[in-house]
Amino acid sequence: MNTTKRIRVIIAKPGLDGHDRGAKVIARALRDAGMEVIYTGLRQTPEQIVETAIQEDADVIGLSSLSGAHLHLFSKVIELLREKKADNIIVIGGGVIPEEDIPELKKMGIAEVFTPGTSTKDIIDFIKSKVL
Amino acid sequence: MFDNDKINAIEQKYNEWEEKSVKKTVQRFPERKTAFKTGSNIEVKNLYTPLDIKDLDYIEDLGFPGEYPFTRGVQPTMYRGRFWTMRQYAGFGTAEESNKRYKFLLEQGQTGLSVAFDLPTQIGYDSDHPLAQGEVGKVGVAIDSLEDMEILFDGIPLDRVSTSMTINAPAAILLAMYIAIAEKQNVPLEKLSGTIQNDILKEYIARGTYIFPPEPSMRLITDIFEYCSKNIPNWNTISISGYHIREAGATAVQEVAFTLANGIAYVDAAIKAGLNVDDFAPRLSFFFNAHNDILEEVAKFRAARRLWAKIMKDRFNATNKKSMMLRFHTQTGGSTLTAQQPDNNIIRVTLQALAAVLGGTQSLHTNSRDEALALPTEDSVRIALRTQQIIAYESGVAETVDPLAGSYYIEYLTDKIEKEAQEYIDKIDRLGGASKAIEKGFIQQEIQDSAYNYQKEVENNQRIIVGVNKFRIEEAPPKDLLKVDPEVGRRQEQKLIQLKKNRNNDEVERTLNNLKKMAKTKENLMPAIIDCVKSYATLGEICGILREVFGEYKQAVIL
Repeated sequence: MNTTKRIRVIIAKPGLDGHDRGAKVIARALRDAGMEVIYTGLRQTPEQIVETAIQEDADVIGLSSLSGAHLHLFSKVIELLREKKADNIIVIGGGVIPEEDIPELKKMGIAEVFTPGTSTKDIIDFIKSKVL
Repeated sequence: MFDNDKINAIEQKYNEWEEKSVKKTVQRFPERKTAFKTGSNIEVKNLYTPLDIKDLDYIEDLGFPGEYPFTRGVQPTMYRGRFWTMRQYAGFGTAEESNKRYKFLLEQGQTGLSVAFDLPTQIGYDSDHPLAQGEVGKVGVAIDSLEDMEILFDGIPLDRVSTSMTINAPAAILLAMYIAIAEKQNVPLEKLSGTIQNDILKEYIARGTYIFPPEPSMRLITDIFEYCSKNIPNWNTISISGYHIREAGATAVQEVAFTLANGIAYVDAAIKAGLNVDDFAPRLSFFFNAHNDILEEVAKFRAARRLWAKIMKDRFNATNKKSMMLRFHTQTGGSTLTAQQPDNNIIRVTLQALAAVLGGTQSLHTNSRDEALALPTEDSVRIALRTQQIIAYESGVAETVDPLAGSYYIEYLTDKIEKEAQEYIDKIDRLGGASKAIEKGFIQQEIQDSAYNYQKEVENNQRIIVGVNKFRIEEAPPKDLLKVDPEVGRRQEQKLIQLKKNRNNDEVERTLNNLKKMAKTKENLMPAIIDCVKSYATLGEICGILREVFGEYKQAVIL
């Protein structure tokens, strides 16, 4: 793989949840780590997120949800990526997500789930290990 | 407070102490850090003395509790008369389930209700809306129509319990439903007490559950001010909220500054709409956060009270004492809770609750230990409520008014926070007021910078979070978290189908059409909304009509 490539990441807030402090902090940390980051803003549908990711030729989608709707919303994103044959895009998730839901999210194709207390460095390292 | 000779003598002694004692000690035992500071980046010195508050004028700056400038509290006797209202924010799933939780909390000694609504309700969608999928009943109770509200308050006498509703963009509609229920329970409206959050500006800044653009949103708010001042005199018509601003990453200083700047915008709007300041200002209330830095938090509450009193008196020429009183609810800081070692959160919440009480709060919600993971279980919400009860009944801090007053550090910090908040307010004034400052992204940017700095400090270990970047342990995943039944959404949809079959749909159409007509005028919208609600028009239908007339707000994305 081309190691000089700039990693492109979409940070997205699916659903109606408005808590975007974490999403924005991570967006800035990824940017400071040299990645190209697009933040979608609030209330995105899975369709809009997938569309943006394809148009922007993203390597990674970071989904953030604190409302408890993660199982429903994250699975929709994965489904749509498959449908559009864009499932090479890595999807990671974060927010208030109970431990017991994590295996299910991973089974559906979420590459990793980062819960509160995660260091931004861990997320940066994870993305680099997957993309570069 | 001290004469010049005394100050000079203290100064001399202080310098001697620094030279002789401190330097020697520091040479042998260096201090833990090169610089100490509060969460708001205010430098913390090794010692505070009268030198730090030499300009403090007791009568002018502190005064007496229940009197201007209210630094020491809004009531003369504070908790010696009665404790703060213990009000746990709760609601999830269906109206039936939430009604059960409210009755449980009232049995456990809670003294006021605080209703959490789910996101579709907060954003004005019915449970069967496509965007509501997966969200119904999750972060609060789902309310689609008056029918759900009737179930929610079934068996709860509205004249004997005060209810706070965390609702903003559709606040007028939920208030209308509450009024309709009071009428059904034969409770006169003068007997209703409670609060609607009704603070739209902080939604654009920090919380994201907006519907309409700023201008019509402000109109709905001033319509509520006017309607309530005439019909529900004991209702708090707004709770101007720093809570979410703080959760989004603001410092304590920014929390005070941006909240009061929003307050100024509401008062301005109401005066512009033709209301008399002393008619509505006594019913304005505030909502603050309490984080871990206890002493800074106590000073923050005192500074906010003094600053607001001055703003109302000097800027808005209020003459009623009640217009100048900053009354506030406090919630402990959700974002300070950790998913790691969740029991540690009980201690954090205790410290934060103590800060709120020492700061003179009128009402308090204590977070539960498991909230970084899910909605709280009955057991954990009971511990959170017990925390308040132990502070109230066992700690002794409620036995005298404003017990930390006169501490050199507290008074210095109160002054410092007031000054720094005032500087922000001046800057916002120069930008054209809070609405304009939000439009320009100024407030959002300041908060995001603070949030990012905080995260960097945690990751550099400049800021220690016990159990996260120090004292970690291997942990088994927590058990017995509360799960919302995924069937809730389907059940709500079924209910909607039944409702639409059983109600008088001609009447619904008539009231909705009337609302549409009124929305295009400058008339107060409350009576038309109350009619819609009583005809069992749904929340989504009512908001849909207003969306048609007012349009929808589009967020400016700022990173």
